[in-house]
Amino acid sequence: MDFFALYSTALILFVIGLFGVFANRKNIITMLMSIELMLLAVNLALLLAGAFLDDMAGYVFALLVLTVAAAESSIGLALLVVYFRVRGGVAIDFITLLRGDPRAPHTAT
Amino acid sequence: MPPGRDWPSIAHTCMTIDHVYWLFAATLLATSVMVTTARNPIYSVLFLVLAFFQAAGILVLAGLDFFALVFLVVYVGAVAVLFLFVVMMLDIKASELAERRARYLPVAGLMAVLLLAETLLLVDMEGVALGGVPAGLAAADWTGAVEPLSTIQAMARVLYTVYVGPFLLAGMVLLLAMVATIALTSTRGVSVRRQSVALQNRRDWARTVARG
Repeated sequence: MDFFALYSTALILFVIGLFGVFANRKNIITMLMSIELMLLAVNLALLLAGAFLDDMAGYVFALLVLTVAAAESSIGLALLVVYFRVRGGVAIDFITLLRGDPRAPHTAT
Repeated sequence: MPPGRDWPSIAHTCMTIDHVYWLFAATLLATSVMVTTARNPIYSVLFLVLAFFQAAGILVLAGLDFFALVFLVVYVGAVAVLFLFVVMMLDIKASELAERRARYLPVAGLMAVLLLAETLLLVDMEGVALGGVPAGLAAADWTGAVEPLSTIQAMARVLYTVYVGPFLLAGMVLLLAMVATIALTSTRGVSVRRQSVALQNRRDWARTVARG
């Protein structure tokens, strides 16, 4: 198996994740899942490069990326749950608290 | 199979390892596309689980069995299940999801094409040594001098010695994530029933409902 084919697989997976972040502007959960895909692609590239170059640093940093991915998803989803509890919705168009937008419909009165 | 007939030739019918690689890679890319384009977030999570399984398959074929299992345990067992919980908990209305996706397609496509072109250009310039081993390098035969280790043994040898700092930092990151998640989601709200030990100990037995 060519290393470049696998590396390109990881690269295309990363691009698909980036595309998903930009294409799903309404759905924050799908955006988070796309970020998970991007982290998976980085992990895959690190692991395969480590296997190809016989370098343990790739494995170690893949483990670190895995840790950060788990922490990121847990904290992000906790923030999402808290936001949903406070405002009653997680539609991205209405997350405009910092803008001071009065048209936000999720305002809990 | 009746006696007297030969088994079909394996070499012509069996898939080679490369075919399995391509199968895993193609399924990985297809499921990740489905993750980003599925209408229902539940389907997105399930396709995400499938994508993680394909990545684990690629890692198994690359000889990284420990990391394949870690991927399954961490990604599928923790992250994807967490997503599933949140998707089912949040009760997202269907009207919020029915949107004109084509509005964002030019920006998304532009970003994707730009990043892909840049990276391919970079790999083309910098990754010369990765494409193939130069002729002088592959001459020595190191197979007798190499001590065979499993992935987890090799990881343990460097993780607790050379990379002990990043390893401790990873532990701190996980601790921080745990503390932050608990602190964020445990509120003393009205809807959460809590146990008050002091109140329970002060309670008069004669005035409780359930007696005997």
